[in-house]
Amino acid sequence: MDVIAWSRLQFAMTAAYHWLFVPFTLGVAMVMAVMETLYVVKKDEFWKKTAQFWMKLFAINFAVGIATGIILEFEFGTNWSNYSWFVGDLFGAPLAIEGILAFFMEATFFAVMFFGWDKVSPRFHLASTWLTGIGATISAYWILVANGWMQNPVGTTFNPETVRSEMASAAAFWEVISNPVAVSKFFHSVTSGWVTGGVFVVGISCWYLLKNRQKKFAKASILVGSIVGIVGSFAVMLSGDASGVHAAEFQPMKLAAAEGLEDGGRKAAFTIVPGIKIPGMLSILATHDINGFVPGINDILNGYTDNEGNEIPSVAEKMAMGREALVALSIYRTTDDPSEKAEARYALEENVQYMGYGHLEKPEDVIPPVGVVFWAFRFMIGLGMLLLLELLVVGFLAWKDKLEGKKWLFIAALVCIPLVYICGQAGWVVAEVGRQPWTIQGLLPVNVAISSLSAGAVKTTFFLFLAIFSLFLVIEIRILIGAIKKGPETPNE
Amino acid sequence: MNSVWCFYRDGFRNMTWGRPLIWLILLKVFILFAILRVFFFKPSMAGLNDEERSRVVGERLTGPPAPPSENTYNL
Repeated sequence: MDVIAWSRLQFAMTAAYHWLFVPFTLGVAMVMAVMETLYVVKKDEFWKKTAQFWMKLFAINFAVGIATGIILEFEFGTNWSNYSWFVGDLFGAPLAIEGILAFFMEATFFAVMFFGWDKVSPRFHLASTWLTGIGATISAYWILVANGWMQNPVGTTFNPETVRSEMASAAAFWEVISNPVAVSKFFHSVTSGWVTGGVFVVGISCWYLLKNRQKKFAKASILVGSIVGIVGSFAVMLSGDASGVHAAEFQPMKLAAAEGLEDGGRKAAFTIVPGIKIPGMLSILATHDINGFVPGINDILNGYTDNEGNEIPSVAEKMAMGREALVALSIYRTTDDPSEKAEARYALEENVQYMGYGHLEKPEDVIPPVGVVFWAFRFMIGLGMLLLLELLVVGFLAWKDKLEGKKWLFIAALVCIPLVYICGQAGWVVAEVGRQPWTIQGLLPVNVAISSLSAGAVKTTFFLFLAIFSLFLVIEIRILIGAIKKGPETPNE
Repeated sequence: MNSVWCFYRDGFRNMTWGRPLIWLILLKVFILFAILRVFFFKPSMAGLNDEERSRVVGERLTGPPAPPSENTYNL
């Protein structure tokens, strides 16, 4: 493997590890906030003890997961220095806001949540618990603003003097933070965290039922966990629908790869698995119109007319325009002749949206690994449906108080815990592998974004990370298991 | 201000199951910032000013792919 592959693999591993902790934080924060609300409203100590138990697991996850995202920022500076310079303040501003916000909100409200039970009023404590979850959620928004911009780079202009994408005004900043891709990604990611939290709480609660322990606590936790998970599941579907429409609009190749769609058309069929298709469904999902045109891989390579009647150039034409942009950039940066400079700048601005295509060797370079994206998409959807079914069944039976003795269901709920993590990771594989070869859609491919490094150096840190991450993960799982075995402080009834 | 200080001080003092987690966080932060950041993740363009960085990235964008270098990570 070359340095690009190692760097991508290292970033993917770090991001995947980070994403083990984040959805848990987002989801369990919601569960414990709901439980504490029940305590404050009902003034029932049982709900306080129940909330405290899940807070303990929340804290363990938080302690092990803390700062894992920082490593991604290290990698930006070392492995992806061209990219880091190219994105400039656009990336720096959201990440700085995220860092400051996360630090202050978490340092304040997280501390009140753990240290303040007997020191502040129940209502103030409840507000702190909610604000801990809300703080984590807002942090996620800023990260996804940065990620959303890479998928759909809006609100910036390329400055050939600095070789950076820059925001020219407050309006541009607003355009960046209200990027539709970022907004749909935010809701999709956060609500998938609710599903993770719900499935985790339900699964662990079922373990108590399986062991014939803490039945009242377990049933109450199942009710809250399943409601949070079910609400999250439906919100994931809605935001996933928006993500599909945005992919069709801004990253049609990602959608074509996720569908394995070689040749597109109107009334395009959705493939459930190879050989089983729903006619017209892909057009409905991608355009909300059964007659909507969905381009396939070949259409994108050869050029097509989109649903607004715009002629989309072929990849070969985009490559030619991209090369013109790069030649113009080169002239602009080397010439001292003002008229030649003005001419180069004009040529650059005319073609800059395709600048990244100028680095490609052949049109087929724009095709991501179709098999990986296709199957990751199916794992995500399939597991998501399975998890919703699990939450509905377990939640309904808990509501009707008919869970007693259903050992097979308890075991299934436990098995769902690793499945919800696989589901979330599969979603990120679709999002990130599906946008290859771009770090920034249309502007910067990965082979240019990377620093000048040796594969050996990246390989060394890859295995170093793998060892450290694995160690911390084992530590977390051991501490979590210990806390779960010890159980809540609610009466064992 | 004093009550805020006491709040945090007493909170940390009275910790039971949370104490090992604090040590875990400190260990992790040490590994991240004192080992990985210092010895393995030196920014590739450290020491360059903005103008030099623009030149390096500009050349990379308009020129051929740069050959891999061996002198990174302080290894």
